[in-house]
Amino acid sequence: MEFQLPEYNLLKMLPEIFLFVWALVVVTFDLGTKRKTGSTVGYLALLGLVVTGVILIFTGYGRGFGNMFFNDPLALFFKMIFLGASFMAIGSSFGLTHQKIVNHRGEYFGLILFSTVGMMFLSSSNELLSLYIGLELTTIPLFVLAAFFKDDKLSVEAGVKYLVVGAFSSALLLYGLSFLYGLSGTTDILLMKVNLAVTQLKFEGNIGIILIMTIMLLLAGIGFKLSLPPFHQWAPDVYEGSPTPVAAFLSVGSKAAGLVAFAKIMVNGLYVFYDPVMTPNDWGILVGVLAAAAMILGNVVAIRQNNIKRMLAYSSIAQVGYIMIGMLSFNELGMSSVAFYIFTYMFANMGAFAVVAFFEDKTGSCQIESYSGLAKSSPLLAAAMAVFMLSLAGIPPLAGFLAKFYVFAAAIKMAGTDSAYHWLYWLVGIGLLTSVFALYYYANVIKTMYFSTSDSPYKLRLTAPALMVVLIGLVGVFLFGLYPEPIMKFASNIPASLGFIID
Amino acid sequence: MGFPLLSSLVFIPIIGMLVVMFLPKERHQVIKWTSTLISVVPMLISFWLVWDYFFKYAGDAAMAYVEGPVSWIPILNIQYYLGVDGISIPLLALTGLLSTVSLLASFNINFRVKEYFAFFLLLEAGMMGVFVALDFFLFYVFWEVMLVPMYFLIGIWGGPRREYAAIKFFLYTLFGSIFMLVAILILYFTSEPHSLNILELRATGSAMSYSLQMVCFIFLFIAFAIKVPVWPFHTWLPDAHVEAPTAVSVILAGVLLKMGTYGMLRVSWPMFPEALRSLSFWIALLGAIAIIYGALVSMAQKDLKKLVAYSSVSHMGYCMLALGAISSVQAITGCMFQMISHGLITGALFLLVGVLYDRAHTREIAAFGGIGAKLPIYSGIMVFFSMAALGLPGMSGFISEFMIFIGAFSALSKVMVGISVLGVVLGAAYMLRMVQRVFLGEFDQKRWGGLTEINFREIVTVGPLMLLTLWIGIYPKPLNDLMAATLENLVDLMAR
Repeated sequence: MEFQLPEYNLLKMLPEIFLFVWALVVVTFDLGTKRKTGSTVGYLALLGLVVTGVILIFTGYGRGFGNMFFNDPLALFFKMIFLGASFMAIGSSFGLTHQKIVNHRGEYFGLILFSTVGMMFLSSSNELLSLYIGLELTTIPLFVLAAFFKDDKLSVEAGVKYLVVGAFSSALLLYGLSFLYGLSGTTDILLMKVNLAVTQLKFEGNIGIILIMTIMLLLAGIGFKLSLPPFHQWAPDVYEGSPTPVAAFLSVGSKAAGLVAFAKIMVNGLYVFYDPVMTPNDWGILVGVLAAAAMILGNVVAIRQNNIKRMLAYSSIAQVGYIMIGMLSFNELGMSSVAFYIFTYMFANMGAFAVVAFFEDKTGSCQIESYSGLAKSSPLLAAAMAVFMLSLAGIPPLAGFLAKFYVFAAAIKMAGTDSAYHWLYWLVGIGLLTSVFALYYYANVIKTMYFSTSDSPYKLRLTAPALMVVLIGLVGVFLFGLYPEPIMKFASNIPASLGFIID
Repeated sequence: MGFPLLSSLVFIPIIGMLVVMFLPKERHQVIKWTSTLISVVPMLISFWLVWDYFFKYAGDAAMAYVEGPVSWIPILNIQYYLGVDGISIPLLALTGLLSTVSLLASFNINFRVKEYFAFFLLLEAGMMGVFVALDFFLFYVFWEVMLVPMYFLIGIWGGPRREYAAIKFFLYTLFGSIFMLVAILILYFTSEPHSLNILELRATGSAMSYSLQMVCFIFLFIAFAIKVPVWPFHTWLPDAHVEAPTAVSVILAGVLLKMGTYGMLRVSWPMFPEALRSLSFWIALLGAIAIIYGALVSMAQKDLKKLVAYSSVSHMGYCMLALGAISSVQAITGCMFQMISHGLITGALFLLVGVLYDRAHTREIAAFGGIGAKLPIYSGIMVFFSMAALGLPGMSGFISEFMIFIGAFSALSKVMVGISVLGVVLGAAYMLRMVQRVFLGEFDQKRWGGLTEINFREIVTVGPLMLLTLWIGIYPKPLNDLMAATLENLVDLMAR
């Protein structure tokens, strides 16, 4: 066989390359100016993200490195989310830099950018190994970021915990991927689909055991990244200990990356099992149980939290449960609804975390009760937080509602067309019921801010970068709640590009 | 298409809210007058709609002043589609009137004034939206939008247990809404091509299999019944009513409860005729239970506001009884009359209880006595509305109850209707007992010597409600003509 060099097409990778170089620039700029740059380095990082976004738009669709690197609608959509989440995380970090990490600003912002690069690679790769490397590039900077407050026990604990759990789950994932390679003889996901379909594997004997193990290992590996129960225990501790913007970035960026990995490996790669032995249903129900557990556990435990970061951690566990409903619908509507969901979730959740981060910087507190009376002393901050909470709770006309509606619609559609998927009705039912629980703790924050008769001791005026992030969040939550059309249209291209619809 | 009248009903309050938000915080009078004047505009538009509709469209069951359908979210085929007919027109006018009245009654709010009036205008927008929406998704959006300002209004300006009452109201209603959401999704995927147009869904719904009809019908019933509230879903109501500030109670009783019954008439009743037929007895039974239960509980109340709140349960029970009598145009007409009349009367009663509470700082019935001698005008008005509430002939309550009973008697089990009629007697009992203990008897000069008479602003707020109560009571024909064609059409649809 003659070996052909694949077409590299490096230009299609320009956004990633640029952002990678820019991250190095940010780090060295801080070093080179003897760490006296102040927040300039932060603005530099923001600028880099904006420029990357512009390059991304002009790069357009295409592929490079053979079939390893795809710039398809899926990649483009999720890259927008990663850039946005990164932008908002950095925007809400400015207060932080002044107080606690004065001497490491460059590394801090640089690491966020590196992690973003990893996510972008991940969403473009269509090959198991490069996908894995993208995932590692995403998480390794986050280990460091979680432990960034060196003197803070909680932060160090968070870092170590995240490192151990992250490394462990990566190992599981890698083990699962190796099985997949063994079964199919390739790491190219598209080729893998074909090979798996041709070999007609059956649930018999050793092969059956290997199949089951593969699915379990993949599920556990990605489940950890998604903090899907029972792999969720690390999330609240890590969120609580990490710097707040990092927790925000974890909850949106890293979660979106996990979803992409899930979509690519599980939904797309394993879908070919459809014909001979296995339907997606076989492991779909299993994931469905985990999703139901996520919604119930996340929403119920969040009610009991006093610390707002822990509450948001449990809320994000629950939100993944909702997203998985869309994912498990295994239809076109489902995949677009997942993309739309995470897109709107970005605005609401990053916005909420921006408020939390700002509040923490000024007052040093993350307790929900210290928000008491905030509506009178800092009306804009409180109003923004209230809107984000309502969007997360799924109250119309905010974007969070539309996202939930979309996800549920996808599931009901699938359940209605194929009787094998009737379990999706139960999942939707659980999702709807637990969303009533969810309202309780989201409304509790509003209650604390608005209903208290005592005056808050804090009079907070948002500073420029934090104000910008909050405004982006507000605009996103309102705009895409009232006029979701362009994003929905974009998202509706994703399933076809993922190629998991065979017929 | 002319001027978008219906959209302006929704968006003028929203614009008003934005205007109020940008007014200086400490200029209380400016904020109060601005928001009241803004709310006058939709009120006048809604009155004009009644007038215009009466002369132009009242003979026809078709939707009038239709706007759209404009595609809103094309991927899900969700439309911006507004229109009104004989059942929404009077409720729009009621909403417009009660909103302005409530804003006028809110002038004694003296803290966080700006937020209060902004939330109130948002509430008005949501209510108007529910009554004009013809796309089910849009309907749902307005239905939910309204919860948020309501939550804040009860939670910030309410009584001592306001936090509990506010979250209970919010959670309870949201719990109902999720059932509506499921029904919406089922309807959406059953219709071909997928649509959420309420008028088109009537065909979809009635073509569904019986079991699917039942599922959708029951889900929608739960959502609407919680709002009405139908016994046994009523437990949020006493809490919300008692803790809410006066003006919010007026809106709750006057408009929000009507949204439940409106939803039934607009959406689920004509959509699932088969399911409706097999459940109509049980619906009427729930109504009958509510009538008697509400009246009995009212009798036991020591708190004036709680008494009025439970009387609402009883009065909405009449509506449910009528809604169970699906074959009778008369009963359904009575139901509409009862909705409007209850809005006027109970709204006024809440206003009047608020007037007394502002002065006496208590609502305990036993604390009063002989107020009639000290406050003759106030007592006169209060007795007037008490009489209206117990169904005295010549006032709107009598007309509606009479129509409901006549209609229901021919359409439903005679025993059940017979028992329900006892509710009228019980209604008279608790109202008269209240009148006797508060206004008659010995006057405690030492304690209540300082009470002042009802002032001009307060008279202005209840005056129009009084006039309308009398008008409908004496000459109900115009209101009947306004709705007749639509209601006949509805009954035909239910009989499919």
